[in-house]
Amino acid sequence: MKSVDLRARTLAAARPVQGVANGPELGSDAALATPRERTPGQRAWRRLLRRRGAMLGLVIVLIFVVMAIGAAWIAPFDPVATSWSAVRKAPSAAHWFGTDELGRDVLSRVVWGARASLLAGLVSVAISMALGVPLGLLAGYLGGWVDGVISRTTDAMLAIPFLILAIALAAFLGPSLTNAMIAIGISATPVFVRLTRAQVLAVKVEDFVEAARAVGNSRWRIALCHILPNVLPPLIVQSTLAIAAAVIAEASLSFLGLGQQPPAPSWGSMLNTAKNYVDHAPWMAIWPGLSIFLLVLSFNLLGDGLRDALDPRHR
Amino acid sequence: MGSYLVQRLAALVPTVFLVTILIFCLQQLLPGDPAVILAGEDQDPQVVAYLHKKLHLDEPLPVRYGYWIGGVLRGDFGESLRIQQPVRELILQKLPVTLELAGLAMVIALVIGIPAGIISAVAKDSAWDYAANLFALWGLSTPNFWLGILLILLFAVNLGWLPASGYVSPFDDLRANLLSMIMPAFVLGNAIAAVLMRHTRSAMLQVLNADYVRTARAKGLTERRVVLRHALRNALTPIITLGALEFGTLLSGAVLTEQVFSIPGFGKLIVDAVFNRDYAVVQGVVLFTSSVYILLNLVADLAYFVVNPRLRG
Repeated sequence: MKSVDLRARTLAAARPVQGVANGPELGSDAALATPRERTPGQRAWRRLLRRRGAMLGLVIVLIFVVMAIGAAWIAPFDPVATSWSAVRKAPSAAHWFGTDELGRDVLSRVVWGARASLLAGLVSVAISMALGVPLGLLAGYLGGWVDGVISRTTDAMLAIPFLILAIALAAFLGPSLTNAMIAIGISATPVFVRLTRAQVLAVKVEDFVEAARAVGNSRWRIALCHILPNVLPPLIVQSTLAIAAAVIAEASLSFLGLGQQPPAPSWGSMLNTAKNYVDHAPWMAIWPGLSIFLLVLSFNLLGDGLRDALDPRHR
Repeated sequence: MGSYLVQRLAALVPTVFLVTILIFCLQQLLPGDPAVILAGEDQDPQVVAYLHKKLHLDEPLPVRYGYWIGGVLRGDFGESLRIQQPVRELILQKLPVTLELAGLAMVIALVIGIPAGIISAVAKDSAWDYAANLFALWGLSTPNFWLGILLILLFAVNLGWLPASGYVSPFDDLRANLLSMIMPAFVLGNAIAAVLMRHTRSAMLQVLNADYVRTARAKGLTERRVVLRHALRNALTPIITLGALEFGTLLSGAVLTEQVFSIPGFGKLIVDAVFNRDYAVVQGVVLFTSSVYILLNLVADLAYFVVNPRLRG
């Protein structure tokens, strides 16, 4: 009894503090909103614009996107063209990032590698959202045995460590970039199921859902048009962070030989070869690793910024 | 405590059952006849026929699952078809190496992560906080195999202080063992330190605003005592659970770290098995890993229950 009292008091004490912390920000938002009505999306976007870390992340991501799309024009050399006269040459005016063990230009391979990494990040997260969000929606909205089956299966998948599950799936599917993306996508699905389910459970008891039911909307219309849009913000944050995890996972699988197959360029497989030449040709290891780091870092920064912008409570 | 334990154990049964089904069904992903794939390149019909019989491939799927799970329950995780050795033996052989690596990594993660989290929470918005947050972002965004290669480049190739790769048993030469383990353990611990730092920071920030911390300050206790005895003890409870969840990251990371540093552990076992198409070993290792993971989560839940008196009815 005593402990409950204590917690209630802590909460009461915490509330005004939070109010003070949010006060000026909310006030300025309200002031900004007076001249023109803004949608919640626009307000979130304005909050995101004010976060320097998130903007830095967004810029780096966009640079990588441009690199991936324009690889054919940006890369100075053919990424798979070998040259026996230029094996493991240090960085020079002709080859800014040096050459690898087969005389291929490392800069060109890094530029083309952005394609594999970005593709893997986006496609695998698209797979996990396409599977996870509907399943989470079903589990949270319908409840009962549907929820039981979906939730227990999710628990079971979460009991297998993420990369171990991805390695096992990729091993049984066979090594290729497509299979790596499928493996990563499936392994990341349970996180989206859980998150969607939890959000749906919280939203479906809100008054506006009750109101939507009262005016005679069908169950599916309520689920898709009233509940789904309200669970999207945390899903957007999670998907950005999941892309970061998927980029690392693809690089890891490629590093182990289970992703993009040589000679096609991918940062992970470049590092796999580079580790054998680290004493003679360290440049082979530096650039692909740095690219993975930058891309993952920027998705993480963007995800953190989005979380602050979309969910002001989370600070 | 007793009823909680029973409840928690009962909830585990369906999870474990589904995990075994998932892992068993992995085999169904193999394109074509598993026996033909397992028989290798020459695909000797005799070998294929032998494998068919051995793997019960002529029986329906549920019956095959029955055979497999029956074996698992008796501690028989199957047999490596490449090296003709029981999977259980292989796991037990490699496990101590990975356990040492994981243990050292966890120590490094705790030693870096928790103090960094405390400092950044106490000195919120200071240079220290900023530095600790940067460190966490770095730790979360660096692929650990790349960090491994960079450390090899610095400490083994350029400075020559540490061996680049290889493993020495601690029973043969403890010093050489530690020298060969320090880099891999740091690489593995780095990412977990970052996660622990973030969790410690947010847990500390929550409790530092609590009434009892203000009371402790009002009593005239030193700031050090307030932070370490009053705030940290309460902040640590969620960190225990999260620390156990990081065990999965530890195992996943060990696969890559062992590959970079050529350490003959658990991770190397699964990677080698993947490339030798030794599917029984892959299944066995995944099942074993998941079981350990589930068990550790249970232990963490119980620890949480024990250290948090509010949960005791």
